[in-house]
Amino acid sequence: MWKFIASRLLQAVPVILAVITVTFFLVRIAPGGPFDSEKAVIPEVKAALEAQYRLDQPLFQQYLAYLGDLAQGELGPSFKYPGRSVNELIAAGLPATAELGLYALLVAVCIGGVAGVLASLKPNTAQDYIPMSLAMIGICMPTFLLGPLLVLLFGIQLEWLPVSGWGEMPGDKLLPSLTLGAAYAAYVARLSRAGMLEVLSQDYIRTARAKGLPEWQVITRHALRGGLMPVVTFLGPAFAGLLAGSFVVETIFQIPGLGRFYVQAAFNRDYTMILGTTVFLSTLIVLFNLASDVLAAWLNPRLRSQFGEA
Amino acid sequence: MALLSVNGLKVDFTTRNGVTHAVDDVSFSVEKGEITAIIGESGSGKSVACYSLLGLLPMPPASIEGGSAEFEGRDLLRMSEAELRQVRGRDIAMIFQDPMTCLNPYMTIGNQLVEPLLCHRRISREEARQRAIELLDEVGLRDPQTTIDQYPHQFSGGMRQRVMIAMALINEPKLLIADEPTTALDVTIQAQILRLLADLQKRRDVGVIFISHDLAVVADIADSIVVMEQGRVVERGDRQAIFERAEHPYTRKLLAAIPGGSKAPSASTGEDLVQVRNLCTWFSQGKHHESVKAVDDVSFGIRRGEILGLVGESGSGKSTIGRSLLRLVPVTSGEVLFDGVDVTALEGKALKQMRRRMQMIFQDPYASLNPRMTVFDTLAEPLLLHGIESRKSVEQGVLKLMDDVGLARAFIRKYPHEFSGGQRQRIAIGRALATRPEFVIADEPVSALDVTIQAQILELMLALGQEYGLTMLFVSHDLAVVRHIADRIIVLYKGRIVEEGLAEQLFEHPKEDYTRQLLESIPGRQLL
Repeated sequence: MWKFIASRLLQAVPVILAVITVTFFLVRIAPGGPFDSEKAVIPEVKAALEAQYRLDQPLFQQYLAYLGDLAQGELGPSFKYPGRSVNELIAAGLPATAELGLYALLVAVCIGGVAGVLASLKPNTAQDYIPMSLAMIGICMPTFLLGPLLVLLFGIQLEWLPVSGWGEMPGDKLLPSLTLGAAYAAYVARLSRAGMLEVLSQDYIRTARAKGLPEWQVITRHALRGGLMPVVTFLGPAFAGLLAGSFVVETIFQIPGLGRFYVQAAFNRDYTMILGTTVFLSTLIVLFNLASDVLAAWLNPRLRSQFGEA
Repeated sequence: MALLSVNGLKVDFTTRNGVTHAVDDVSFSVEKGEITAIIGESGSGKSVACYSLLGLLPMPPASIEGGSAEFEGRDLLRMSEAELRQVRGRDIAMIFQDPMTCLNPYMTIGNQLVEPLLCHRRISREEARQRAIELLDEVGLRDPQTTIDQYPHQFSGGMRQRVMIAMALINEPKLLIADEPTTALDVTIQAQILRLLADLQKRRDVGVIFISHDLAVVADIADSIVVMEQGRVVERGDRQAIFERAEHPYTRKLLAAIPGGSKAPSASTGEDLVQVRNLCTWFSQGKHHESVKAVDDVSFGIRRGEILGLVGESGSGKSTIGRSLLRLVPVTSGEVLFDGVDVTALEGKALKQMRRRMQMIFQDPYASLNPRMTVFDTLAEPLLLHGIESRKSVEQGVLKLMDDVGLARAFIRKYPHEFSGGQRQRIAIGRALATRPEFVIADEPVSALDVTIQAQILELMLALGQEYGLTMLFVSHDLAVVRHIADRIIVLYKGRIVEEGLAEQLFEHPKEDYTRQLLESIPGRQLL
């Protein structure tokens, strides 16, 4: 087991290095720089600024210096928030984003899982078509449309929930979580439906029925574990995707999370901030993918015993 | 009074292509403490009839259109789902065909074993577990105290079927329905399971419905036999009547399909086409484990035009030998001389040339054909790859192959899923013959087929062997089948040759105990 994890982590190193390299040079190719502004800056000031942030050095040297800092866990100073490091900024934004991501994942698994399982029990009936059509809509609907629609309905028309904010009023975390989780709920619904249909056609389900077990026990004891396996492998990438993709929702609902820093950094040409967030998020994606693979293997007795021997 | 009496049972399947009468006016009965065998080919409705009694058919597409099934004075067909569930697993239990897929891979066998008890009786988990351990012991599982907490993948096929039997018997049912319980098993394991079933049945005095496609399997154990064809019962009677005075032509066909006797020795000339010398194929299991010696120092020769049978149980290395000859697995040491050339040393183009002359037919005609290729694509590929036919003439070549293996020309654009198992095996044989090979390795080519189909395919292979002048290595776990087709037989056990001899000689005068044991495992051998 540990061998497997170690080898996967080693494989991740070149992936992340490639991400860093591509991002580093891409942002430099983009026109404009962090200290360009509409007002003309005195050349001496600009030169001093560039010297302070190592921008006067040749590009390749900057790249090596960045890698050196990174190896020590240092993401560098932000260009736009003087005196604050990228590490600090990420640490400030992460809690809200992580919390939002977690709730959204919960929404996705609960709503999606239940819908998918229900659909699989009566395939090609209304019980199947209705949740699956909703899932299709959920996948197609972008968050920047769904968010405002939900705000319009629950915030403005019905006045049940606050329209924005995070942790300021009771219930203000509900709409953002729903908005962000909806698309993933749809994926989870489709995955769990397919997984359950596959498992329900297996011979051992017939064996379970032949034992005289009530249908709900056949489902919960025999079918769910195998049927939800695809969902488990999807959880890792989904959570990483939720974190990385939360910036639209954070913008709509005025949430002080990582996503907003990320988008602002791109507009501001805040090189270190863009790089830092990218490196941080890609590391998370690698780690969560690994975690869900390990979990899926652990849940499968056959793979678990192989790991035990390795 | 009979334990179960089924009268005029009718089951229909409604599909897009219309209504099929899967079971049409079927009647039979099972006495207490007796074994009733229901025999028929795939699709004869024998399983459907039994599943419908317990409400195990998916409805729709299935629907029960009529009849009654009296079990202890109550009609199973008119019970509510809740009542029927009380019967399932308590009064009537089932054993299924494929022990590999019928146990839940995510649960320990202990947890699966106690389920019927916990579901139907007021009993504590601890008591149930104790009962399960006793029963595992009774069905012959070693060390049940520890094995009870293992998962299905840790057991062999035969052991899993023992677990299934224990699971079916745990509630002391009055009736046991066994649906092809030994079809997926090796002959030796089959003999063990049959003995176990017959034994338990006597000891516990349960009624048994034994479903099978093979009359020979039930020859030793059935009290009465019902023969089904296309959803109808065509003949019924006690065992003796069926085996000695069968009247219906279909029953006679089933009897004739039981492989028996041996063929006339073929005209093989003296020289060896294939010579295997000290062949070893070992599989490494990582650094800390000893290699598995799948094939361990095996030497033999196959004469030109000869059919050599290679017999052994699962894990005896017989398939690995076949694959080693074709270089489909890496050979550890030894030589394989084909027409004087060492195959193990060939690379690249020379290997491709050699492979054209050696072909393989696989066991599972469902898995070995590409589901997205039509018959034409499958057969044309080797013809074109090896430059045997040009693009223009390839259709003629494919049609010729189809004629040879007995496939109607009209099927040329069809896909594998549109064929039955026997027809698919014909396609696979056609593919193997496409390159005009001199040597064919047939790896359990009929094990996945019904006996009647098996007999047809064996006839086909014999005829084609003559026509194409083939030399053949025929791999099987079933001595009766091998005797039917082979000139000479090699018996393999744990990667080594146990005995070697002419087919008839080996059958009549086996020298080794292991060969004798294999011979005794042949179902219904007194019929031969």
